[in-house]
Amino acid sequence: MNAMLDISTLHYLVLGAALFLLGVIGVLTRRNVVIVLMSIELILNAVNLNLVAFSRYWQGIHGPGSLHGQVFAIFVITDAAAEAAVGLGILIAFFRNKETVNVDEVNLLKW
Amino acid sequence: MNPQLASNPPVATPFFFYLLAAVMIIGGILVITRKNAVHSALALITTLLAQAGLYLMLYAPFVAGVQIILYAGGIMVLFLFVIMLISIERNMKERQFNKQWLIGIVAAAALGGLFIAVYTTTAKGVLFPKGRVSYVEGGNTQGVASLLFDMHAGTYMFSFEIASLLLLVAIIGAVVMAKKRI
Repeated sequence: MNAMLDISTLHYLVLGAALFLLGVIGVLTRRNVVIVLMSIELILNAVNLNLVAFSRYWQGIHGPGSLHGQVFAIFVITDAAAEAAVGLGILIAFFRNKETVNVDEVNLLKW
Repeated sequence: MNPQLASNPPVATPFFFYLLAAVMIIGGILVITRKNAVHSALALITTLLAQAGLYLMLYAPFVAGVQIILYAGGIMVLFLFVIMLISIERNMKERQFNKQWLIGIVAAAALGGLFIAVYTTTAKGVLFPKGRVSYVEGGNTQGVASLLFDMHAGTYMFSFEIASLLLLVAIIGAVVMAKKRI
């Protein structure tokens, strides 16, 4: 094997960091709530990629049975499903009341 | 080098890693820049499928399957339903980025600088030695299941039950939020 071309854990971490940053930019700059929620999904996926990459690294040390990172990734996916369901429910309730999907018009709690 | 690696070379080549990574990055950029939310959702589905491919390259076929079935098949369908329930025509004519977009990008750039600082430090071999570690494939789903469902110490059965409770709460919460009157 050509050692130069090997894909190490760090490659996956850099990719995860890039996706995380894209998600953060989306959350901070977009007005549309649906796209903000999708950016949150991007962030969660970046974390998942890191978890699975570390799981692989960990397996190389402790044997193929050490799948803790993958189990964590499954828990994160569960949380993402719950978050999407509740978030979209809130979005529907919000749209019914204010006829908009823009986050910066959600200012009822603003003092 | 690991003897298993020599006898059982991985099918995952660096070419596929860079291909899938490029698809994911381009998809992510499209998600946060498209005006139409349906286009964003389609780009996000592409990103999720490419990520499932990366999970396969990391020898995590069960997580890859869950990613495709649950994320690309379940959560994104939910997103598309909601996008079509709410009217997007009016929103597409409006401004897409909020007033503090510049501050947001600066904050994200600061976070990116932090990532670069951390990863260039660890790349010198502090935390992660360079190179891939390999082992024989197979038994992945069984391993995940025995970690999730066994009652030994150090497994995740209790967390699994808590997760099912979380899903129950989320179902009730979604119904309560979306229903007009209970």
